[in-house]
Amino acid sequence: MSGKEIDEFTGVETTGHDWDGIKELNSPLPRWWLWTFYATIIFSVGYVLYYPAIPLINSATQGISGITNRQIVEQELKAATLAKSSMISKIETASLQEIRDTDELFRFSVAGGQSMFKVYCTQCHGSGAQGAPGYPNLNDDDWLWGGDIEAVYTSIKHGIRNDEDEDTRISEMPAFGVDDLLDSGTIRSITHRVLEMAGLEFDAKMAQAGASPFIENCADCHGENGKGDVEQGAPNLTDAIWFYGDKPDEIVAQISSPRHGVMPAWGKRLGEASVKQLAVYIHSLGGGL
Amino acid sequence: MKNGFEAAIVGIAAFIALMGAAFSRDALFQAHAWVLFFVLVVSTILLVRRVKFVSDGDSATDDTSGYMDGVVRYGVIATIFWGLAGFLVGVLIASQMAWPVLNIEPWFNFGRLRPLHTSAVIFAFGGNALIATSFYVVQRTSSARLFGGNLAWFVFWGYQLFIVMAATGYLLGITQSKEYAEPEWYVDIWLTIVWVAYLVVFAGTLVKRKEPHIYVANWFYLSFIITVAMLHLVNNAAIPVSFLGVKSYSLFSGVQDALTQWWYGHNAVGFFLTAGFLGMMYYFVPKQVNRPVYSYRLSIVHFWGLIFLYIWAGPHHLHYTALPDWAQTLGMVFSIMLWMPSWGGMINGLMTLSGAWDKLRTDPIVRMMVISIAFYGMSTFEGPVMSIKSVNALSHYTDWTIGHVHSGALGWNGMVSFAAIYYLVPKLWNRERLYSLRLVNWHVWLATLGIVVYASVMWVAGITQGLMWREYDDQGFLVNSFVETVSAIHILYVMRTFGGLLYLSGALLMAYNVYRTIRGDIRKEAPMGAPAALSPAE
Repeated sequence: MSGKEIDEFTGVETTGHDWDGIKELNSPLPRWWLWTFYATIIFSVGYVLYYPAIPLINSATQGISGITNRQIVEQELKAATLAKSSMISKIETASLQEIRDTDELFRFSVAGGQSMFKVYCTQCHGSGAQGAPGYPNLNDDDWLWGGDIEAVYTSIKHGIRNDEDEDTRISEMPAFGVDDLLDSGTIRSITHRVLEMAGLEFDAKMAQAGASPFIENCADCHGENGKGDVEQGAPNLTDAIWFYGDKPDEIVAQISSPRHGVMPAWGKRLGEASVKQLAVYIHSLGGGL
Repeated sequence: MKNGFEAAIVGIAAFIALMGAAFSRDALFQAHAWVLFFVLVVSTILLVRRVKFVSDGDSATDDTSGYMDGVVRYGVIATIFWGLAGFLVGVLIASQMAWPVLNIEPWFNFGRLRPLHTSAVIFAFGGNALIATSFYVVQRTSSARLFGGNLAWFVFWGYQLFIVMAATGYLLGITQSKEYAEPEWYVDIWLTIVWVAYLVVFAGTLVKRKEPHIYVANWFYLSFIITVAMLHLVNNAAIPVSFLGVKSYSLFSGVQDALTQWWYGHNAVGFFLTAGFLGMMYYFVPKQVNRPVYSYRLSIVHFWGLIFLYIWAGPHHLHYTALPDWAQTLGMVFSIMLWMPSWGGMINGLMTLSGAWDKLRTDPIVRMMVISIAFYGMSTFEGPVMSIKSVNALSHYTDWTIGHVHSGALGWNGMVSFAAIYYLVPKLWNRERLYSLRLVNWHVWLATLGIVVYASVMWVAGITQGLMWREYDDQGFLVNSFVETVSAIHILYVMRTFGGLLYLSGALLMAYNVYRTIRGDIRKEAPMGAPAALSPAE
């Protein structure tokens, strides 16, 4: 413990305390620091008076402005709904073809459909609607259930193989292998016939053997030439687009024990106007016809 | 019978842990009890091997008249160890954010490693640094040996046990889902016991001090210890489903729970990471630069300002939520008023260098301290800015928050702890000086570069996210999906990992430097600040 002394460098007096050799200068509070501190306090008092701030027994002071976060968000939501309401009501009454042909309705629907697509559809179809194994690409012109705007609308509204919607799109390919409808040799022959139709590498002998079993078992849905049938949701087997893979083993697996994709029925959840916007947007990506 | 009593106690505790495993009500509690049993059995064996059955009169090894520095030495080593562990997990989870394939279910996915990282750096690294330095500082500035004899050792080992139980609990999936307070009820109870012992040792030492006044560093340390005790007790108030099971239910629910949690969380930042580390700064900066503290008056005003204002600022973590408007308003204005009290510490730290700024050229430890205080100043300005509602509307839930936390944690807490370690090691092990000052300089720049990379890419990432989330098109529809905002910042996540790697490599250099210093080696090197050997121009 030493007495107060004047620090040589700064010319400021020390407090006279000494801890393990540490001394303290008795410098005054920096003015800019003090005034800024006061300024923040003054700002805070003003802010507290202006906005809801002080808790009371059953409520709180509402402030001069009386503005609350809830009011702000309510107003913003109301304004947003109002801004869209005339378009939405037009879309509700207009036919899909009219929406497509009316410039402002079309632009509005593409924007709205895209926004909803990013919330509800990207999880399976991808953020660019590019699809994934087992989930269709929506940009191409290959459509399981039809790619014209009405067909797209129906698929979205009622879903695919959806238990809760009576009008859902439904089709089921028999499990030829696991249900013992065909023996494994025949399944392999049909596979090579399919590979032949698809223009992929195939075994000519087996493909020949598979030709007539294909007609008997598969052509009802997929057509004699394997071109598929959108009425039944039967995929085209001759193009380069393969849901569950184009390797011989993958095709065998699909014939033997087919997988069937599902999709929610969005009509009840989103409402008519939203489904129409989604249909217009998706149709604008790669819709046929 | 030296150590005999301790060995018996730990042995009994191991048996109780075994009983806990045997009668547990759920598999997680059983697994955790086995971990505890294993740790305690190993501790018992180590203690038994050190039992001295006859007093050999060799008690001079721990001089009872001088300062108790053994526990500080252990604390320094534990700080470095947990620091490396925490930084390593940090780099790992940063990599998981950039490359999700690195998530290994179930023990090593992001959800379990993230609390491991935060607890390791805040409570294990930061906590050990605070305990070790506070034990060192309070003895020096009180001219008194630590109060309570071996109680200080109990604090040290008890705290390590808390860390081990918390960390293994996270990996097993045991959590009460409160951020920075994840350990379940039984680990919380243990920490309470250890923390009360810590308070007794620290306050007891202050009571028996031989100096007339209490030094400012000790005000900060004491406020940190007391407030953390209060925060811990309130936020963790819960009722266990069974005393032989992990699950407990909080006393709070809904928005009350959220507010209690952020009253805790924000003041963990305020009193653990700010007040505690200011205590560290107030001792080591004037010691290292050998200058008087700039302003005693400022230290009083900013101390009380900080203490009174910080405790109210928590609601700013809950802007635009179910929290009532009035609470949000108060959270914001208290945060703004906190700006200058926080900066009082920065001014006192930096201005203490007046008359010694030349040391920046020659002493990399001073350089480290100055960078640390500068980051303190930046973070404590950024905090009030982010608490303003309209700023928060953009920054909340984005990586801006992560960047803010890391500029404070890596910049301020990390750097001031490293500086304290570099100051302490030669003194604690009676070495002439550090093994290498040039390695310290490398550490300074690696760490600084790491922080700058980390903080700036997180600003960019956060503002990108915030702007993309709120982007509307001219028809009034949201433009971006969430996954698009994730892919937009992927490259920034990669750069963030790189920043963390730089910081980790600096800490590895420190560990090597400390190891060689303890061994008593001195590296032959040109002194810092000496003119570089210039090659003549051709």
